[in-house]
Amino acid sequence: MSGKPKLHYFNGRGRMESIRWLLAAAGVEFEECFLETKDDLTKLQKDGSLLFQQVPMVEIDGMKMVQSRAISNYIATKYNLYGKDLKERALIDMYVEAIIDLNELLMTHTFQPADKKEQHFATIVDKATNRYFPVYEKVLKDHGQDFLVGNRFSRADVQLLETLLMAEECKPDILAKFPLLQSFKARISNIPTIKKFLQPGSQRKPPLQEKDVPKLMKIFH
Amino acid sequence: MAGKPKLHYTKGRGKMESIRWLLAAAGVEFEEEFIETKEDLEKLRNDGSLLFQQVPMVEIDGMKMVQTRAILSYIAAKYNLYGKDLKERAWIDMYVEGTTDLMGMIMYLPFQPADTREKNLALMIERATTRYFPVYEKALKNHGHDYLVGNKLSWADIHLLEAILMAEECKPDILSAFPLLQAFKGRTSNIPTIKKFLQPGSQRKPPIDENFVAIVRKIF
Repeated sequence: MSGKPKLHYFNGRGRMESIRWLLAAAGVEFEECFLETKDDLTKLQKDGSLLFQQVPMVEIDGMKMVQSRAISNYIATKYNLYGKDLKERALIDMYVEAIIDLNELLMTHTFQPADKKEQHFATIVDKATNRYFPVYEKVLKDHGQDFLVGNRFSRADVQLLETLLMAEECKPDILAKFPLLQSFKARISNIPTIKKFLQPGSQRKPPLQEKDVPKLMKIFH
Repeated sequence: MAGKPKLHYTKGRGKMESIRWLLAAAGVEFEEEFIETKEDLEKLRNDGSLLFQQVPMVEIDGMKMVQTRAILSYIAAKYNLYGKDLKERAWIDMYVEGTTDLMGMIMYLPFQPADTREKNLALMIERATTRYFPVYEKALKNHGHDYLVGNKLSWADIHLLEAILMAEECKPDILSAFPLLQAFKGRTSNIPTIKKFLQPGSQRKPPIDENFVAIVRKIF
């Protein structure tokens, strides 16, 4: 038992990427076990490792944790990235849940059939620039602090940065109207643990390519 | 300003129902303001009450909280339904995410065209009886306690009861292979605050019907 958390997932972002970000931001080293074939998934299911037969699964502190939100909640609390009291947690939760909604849109873009892709892209840009980004821009503007909640680095900052970068992969100038989010992005990217995670060779995963989709479908369907 | 929590949503279950369950189980009285038309929703949006332009929204402790899970986590923590430490919280979170997934499969059935609905109903029943219920049955069997986590009533128990009752509305004998869940259901339903919520006249909402589907479509 090495003591490091061990992540079980396929070699891509999906629902595990936010967990990788959180561990990396907290400076926690982790190992990864990649599912490459359907047999790899079936093996995990058969040996009782997956509570609801699904991944992500993270071996941590003697538990085989499943459900990405449960895992992220645990890591955030353990490494003091979840605010100082109930009210700060409430704000962090609200911000994070909306980010997860936007991530879902971004993540599913690669899976859209060709005839739906353009409209889906328009939806992403519309929601990001009209519904979500204005909220975070305003939060930063209203309190003038470096971090979203409690004048202190939290999981909300980590997950917002992750999403901003993913949104820029979709549309490079998507932050054009959001000066505070641009400086937020630069500032948080420079935090040493995050800077390290953003460098080549880290455990951060690249965006899913269309050519990888069939392999993924074979594992999960 | 103490005041009762105030819930903003349609007059149906949807994503607000789990919040109603949790408040009721905690013995917390709450008010409701129902969105009946698209104009009602627009009004809330225009006066800046909805952080991300969406409901559920719950006015509680001076906040206008949005995002279902954020609201549920806050209520659970505030009323001591979230375990006694980090590890218990982890288990409660895992169990709740499972019942959330299961209820998610049931919630949208009335909005689907008939042929898709039938397929998804069958899928839900399969998942309920082979993926989800066995986990909770086994948890109760392994520790032999009345409650899922820490030998004490928590959010996980309330959420599981809600999911069981919703699943039974779809298929009345869905618990036939799960004796411990049947006993759990009987026991948890008898907790005074929950028993009260299960009685006619409470703020519990009925299952959705076709008329309501049309209303919801118009609002959203």
